Amino acid sequence: MDLSLSESELAFRAEARDWLAANVPTEPLPSMDTAEGFRAHQEWEAKLAADRWSVVSWPTEHHGREASLVEWVLFEEEYYRAGAPGRVSQNGIFLLAPIIFDHGTPEQQRRFLPSMATGETVWAQCWSEPEAGSDLASLKSTARRVPASSTTGESGWLLNGQKTWSSRAAYAHWGFGLFRSDPEAARHAGLTYFLFPLDADGVTVRPIAQLDGEAGFAEVFFEDVFVPDSDVLGAPGDGWRVAMSTAGNERGLSLRSPGRFCAAADRLVDLWGERGDTVPSAADGVVDAWIKAQAYRLYTWGTVTRLAGGGEMGAAGSVNKVFWSELDIALHETALDLLGPEAELESSWLDGYTFSLSGPIYAGTNEIQRNIVAERVLGLPREPKGEPKGATR
Amino acid sequence: MRFVPSDDQRDFVASLESLLAAADPVAAARAWAEGETAPGLALWRRLAEQGVHALLVPEEAGGMGATPVELVLAFEALGRHAVPGPYVESVAFLPAALGDAEPVAALAEGAVGSVAAPPGTPYCLDADVATHVFVAGDGALRSASVAAAATTSVDRTRRLFEVTPTGDAVGAGDLDAAHDLASLATAAQLLGCGERILADSVDYVKQRRQFGREIGSYQAIKHHLADVRIALDFARPLLHGAALAATGESVDAVPADRARDVSAAKVACADAAYRAARTGLQVHGAIGYTAEFDLSLWLTKVRALVTAWGTPAHHRARVLAALTAAEGGAA
Repeated sequence: MDLSLSESELAFRAEARDWLAANVPTEPLPSMDTAEGFRAHQEWEAKLAADRWSVVSWPTEHHGREASLVEWVLFEEEYYRAGAPGRVSQNGIFLLAPIIFDHGTPEQQRRFLPSMATGETVWAQCWSEPEAGSDLASLKSTARRVPASSTTGESGWLLNGQKTWSSRAAYAHWGFGLFRSDPEAARHAGLTYFLFPLDADGVTVRPIAQLDGEAGFAEVFFEDVFVPDSDVLGAPGDGWRVAMSTAGNERGLSLRSPGRFCAAADRLVDLWGERGDTVPSAADGVVDAWIKAQAYRLYTWGTVTRLAGGGEMGAAGSVNKVFWSELDIALHETALDLLGPEAELESSWLDGYTFSLSGPIYAGTNEIQRNIVAERVLGLPREPKGEPKGATR
Repeated sequence: MRFVPSDDQRDFVASLESLLAAADPVAAARAWAEGETAPGLALWRRLAEQGVHALLVPEEAGGMGATPVELVLAFEALGRHAVPGPYVESVAFLPAALGDAEPVAALAEGAVGSVAAPPGTPYCLDADVATHVFVAGDGALRSASVAAAATTSVDRTRRLFEVTPTGDAVGAGDLDAAHDLASLATAAQLLGCGERILADSVDYVKQRRQFGREIGSYQAIKHHLADVRIALDFARPLLHGAALAATGESVDAVPADRARDVSAAKVACADAAYRAARTGLQVHGAIGYTAEFDLSLWLTKVRALVTAWGTPAHHRARVLAALTAAEGGAA
């Protein structure tokens, strides 16, 4: 058992640290959920990409550095330690890109990955529907096969329905989501994974203000939106299997690298240094937040070891997700405790707190994750499921 | 970077597990609680033959020269099987505290030692069966005499004695390191206890039926047990990280600080094991509340070990002190 790094890993970390120290904006960017902030975050992505820091684990032909998993974790630690901006492109680079690498055609990889890496095209995830949240497989939005058009010669699909809670959709350029392409097939079968521009004919995006008042997500309506076959990801009807590889990424390693919690815990310790004498009762909260961030960091090195040895994330992504989402809330609650009567005022701690509240809900609620842990890790019996939606009609 | 046990370490744990599984440690623990220490001492000798007692003793002193990593792997197994006896004191604390002083070779071969270290560890565990009894305090380790009667612990297998220092300072070891190794070994035992309680609870809720279903199919039960799995899964890396920090070798991936990391591990292992104990009792229902049911051995042991070798408050204070000292230079 060891926690040592190779010479090349240490060199990679030093290079990342130096670049970030020289390039991270000294003032925080405006919120990415505003038009101005969205553009500022896109510019930051372009800057990262120009020096090949936006997608370090990708192949070199797609702006990457072919960084190993160890190096990726090191980069993420340095990124958050440096206080660098949030990643406006994260739904694309962390959730969609792994699917495009695994299931996309070479043509799709050439067409979609470069502009994703530079932040020129920002992607929104369109999964949930008003009646399909935790029970995602009950989704009702449809894809209907249409023959080749006489004008373009392309065959494809017409999308209809409604998606909701689509993060970044208010300003993003493209979306990805699941649609029911075979109305006769049972729940998980008959779904297809589509990619579509959010300014296509028939798409209406209605931004939704979040708790903080900003349009961090949106509803997306589809009325006979034509999507050519070349924008189907994976095989028609295979969308559930394709999408579930995204789910593992979202819950597990890729979206929540330990770096962000370690950096936040270190800032909490700093805040304790400034204000601890005014709120001594926050001491245990500070210690526990730091311990849990450290636990998450070390746990991740164990995960990296297993993945590097050919293991799979599997249900460990669910163990992970419950832990980091609860840690994030507890950490920010402690910070607000330390801020005393000023806790209600706008601040980066308040922003972090408000964002943390969404953690136990998105990427599969923590209740769903606990079911997965109980059934797939502990081997407890599945609970009898209710009737499938629509079965009684 | 390989933050999982090596093949050799896995083999070592597997051999300990098979020895313990075949040795009926539960019977030894129940007898120990009644003052019949013969079966427990027989198990003590078998584990000594396996090399457990010699782990931290240098090879030149007749020991294994192993690291704190092997120590925590062994103590997790001891906790999992509720093995009675002063292992933390004899196997973790004393070799580090004694250095190359004389009794260390005897301890490595299976002589029984124990130690009190007031104020955090005011009583000497199982001192009546120990040949080598010490008190650590005021920066020194001294031989000690043992009071006649034991006090009663919530864990009936922990027979605690008052001891009085009798002689001059002995040993040339590092008492701070000894304290940390004892805390680390206790944390590992807690983790093993928590794992055992979870495993037994999962087995139980799969066979216990109410309202026509296994109770383990209800979400109320599942979510409690999932939270235990999660807590244990995130305590273990802290334990292993602290063990690496205690080896004294440099680690590049995560800046190490022995005192801070040992205390963080003790806090997390105690919290996780205590959660396992509370949940384990709850999902067992009334049968879990009986002394006759074996779960009681682990429930009471966890409660005792939570405060043994440093209370959670003590260890949280040490973490905070380390963080505050490093403030500004945090990694």
